[in-house]
Amino acid sequence: MRRPVAVRVVGPLQWIIYPALAAVAATIVFATPVELFGLTLPEPVFPMVLAFAWPLIRPSMTAPAVLFVLGLFLDLFWGGPLGLWPLCLMAVYAVILLSRNLLAGHEGLIRFAWYAACTLGAFLTAYVIVAIRAANPPSILSLIGQVTPTLILYPIADWMLERFDDGDTRFR
Amino acid sequence: MAFRDGPFENLKVPLAWTAAVVAVVGMIGAGLLLLSDRTAPDGAAGYNAVRGATETVTGPVSGVLAAPVRWIGAVTDYVGGYFFAVSENRRLKAELAELQPWRDQAIALKNINGRYEAMLGLRTEPAVPMLTARAISESRGPFKNAKLIDVGGAKGVRIGNPVINEHGLVGRVTGVTGGVSRMVLLTDVASRTPVLVDRTDARALLTGDGSGNPRLEFVRGAGSVQAGDRILSSGDGGGLPRGIPIGIAAKGIDGSWRVKLFSDRGAIDYVRVLLFQDFGQLIDPNVLNAPPLAGLTTAPPPSEAQAGAIGDAAARRQAAAEAQAARARSAAAAPAPTRPTPARSAETAPQPPPQTSPEPAPAPGGVT
Repeated sequence: MRRPVAVRVVGPLQWIIYPALAAVAATIVFATPVELFGLTLPEPVFPMVLAFAWPLIRPSMTAPAVLFVLGLFLDLFWGGPLGLWPLCLMAVYAVILLSRNLLAGHEGLIRFAWYAACTLGAFLTAYVIVAIRAANPPSILSLIGQVTPTLILYPIADWMLERFDDGDTRFR
Repeated sequence: MAFRDGPFENLKVPLAWTAAVVAVVGMIGAGLLLLSDRTAPDGAAGYNAVRGATETVTGPVSGVLAAPVRWIGAVTDYVGGYFFAVSENRRLKAELAELQPWRDQAIALKNINGRYEAMLGLRTEPAVPMLTARAISESRGPFKNAKLIDVGGAKGVRIGNPVINEHGLVGRVTGVTGGVSRMVLLTDVASRTPVLVDRTDARALLTGDGSGNPRLEFVRGAGSVQAGDRILSSGDGGGLPRGIPIGIAAKGIDGSWRVKLFSDRGAIDYVRVLLFQDFGQLIDPNVLNAPPLAGLTTAPPPSEAQAGAIGDAAARRQAAAEAQAARARSAAAAPAPTRPTPARSAETAPQPPPQTSPEPAPAPGGVT
C-alpha cells in the first residue's frame, strides 16, 4: 500500500497576501525616526521586490490589484503625490509580465540585471514626475540613497521566485 | 446542467492577458490620480480624507515603534551623563562664564529697544504660543521629506504653522488631522522658504531638493552671500515669523549656494510647533470679499406721509418744467424785430423769464 504524498498547496494567500503585508510592515518599521551617529535608517521601496517577482511566479489578476493598493499605501504613508508609486510599480509589473518568456529559465546575474533595469526605470519615472510637479529636480545623491537599498533587496525577490515558482507550463 | 457541460466548456481565459488588463487599468487609474492630486499654491497638498485616515491609523503604530528608540536614547543619555558628568560640568561652567556678559548686554539692549519701540510707535510682533510635539514617523527619500508629529488640530495646530527644534527651523505643517500632523521639512523638494542673509539683509529663497542641504536661490545683490553667513527666516509673505535661525551658507560642490541647517545638529525627535497666524489667517476672508459699500446702512422705506410728500414734490417739479417749456415755445413763436434797437441799460434790458426753481425733494426721514 502506497503512502499518500503530502501536496503543498500554494495559494494567493502565501505568495501575494503575506508578502504584501510584510512589505507594509517593513515600510512602517523603516520609517521609524532612528538617528545614530548622524545616520538614519535606509528607505527602500519594498514593494519593488513584489512588482518584479509576482509576474514571474505566475500571472494573476489579484497580484496587480494588490500592487496598486501597495503603491497607494506608499503615497499616503510617505505623503507623496497620490498615484506616483502605483504608476511606477504597475509599470514594472507590466514590463516583467510582457518579458516573462524571455526571463524564464534565467537565473543569477541576468535576472538581477532585469531587476536593476526595472528598478532604475521606475525611479526614473518617479523622478521625472516629481520634478515636473515641483518644478524642481530632486537631488541625484538622494535618489541614489534610495535606489541602492532597493537594489540590495534583490535576494528577497530571488528567494520568492525559488520558493513559489513551480514551473507550471500552463502559465507560460 | 453544470457549467462545465455548457457552451463555455472549452473557454479558456489566458491568465497573462487578464493580468495585463488589470495592470493597464491600474496604470491608467494611477495616472488619473496623479492628475487629480494637485498641490495647493501654499504648498499644502490636497489633504483629503484618505490621507487623514491613513495618518490617523499609522500614527499610533509608528508611535509604538518609535517608543523603544526613544527609550534607548534615554538610556544612552543617562549612561553618558553618569560617566561624563565632570567634563560636562567644566564645559558648562566655562560656557556660563562666557555667556554672563552677553546676558547683561541683552537685558540692556532689550530695555533700550523697548523704549525706542514705544517712542516710534512700532507695531511689534506679538509673542507666538508654542506646542511641544514628538516625531513618530518620517519619510527621507528623494521625493518626499516629511515627518508625522503627534499633535493635531485638537490642540490648535493649523496648516502652515512653522515647526522648530532647539537649533532652528525644521519645516512647516502641511496636513492636520485630529491627533496627528504632517510637517514637510525644509529639505523637501516642494519646500520654498523666504530667507534673509543676516550680515547683508539680502533676500533669497531656500529651495529644498531632497538632499540634506537646501539651495539658496534668487539671491539679490552681487556678493551679498559669503560662506559662513547666518541665514534667517525673512518673514516675507507672512508665512513665518522673521528671524528664526535656519543655518549657515556654504558653497556646494555644484557651485550653488547651499545652507547647512542648524536643525541637523541633533536628531529631530522633539519639536515645537509655533501656533503662528499669518496675516491671511488673522483677517476674515468674508470681510475682504464683501462689496465696498456693504458697510453703509440703507434708508428705511418711507412712511405713507413721506411717500405723499415725495409725490407732491415730484408733481410740482413736473408742473414747473412743463410751464417753462410752454414759455420757451411761445418765445420762439413770437416775430423777430425788423431793425435793431439801441442798446438799453441793464436796468431796462429784458429779463429772462423767471424760472421756477424746483423744490428740493424732502429727505425721506426728515419730512413728517
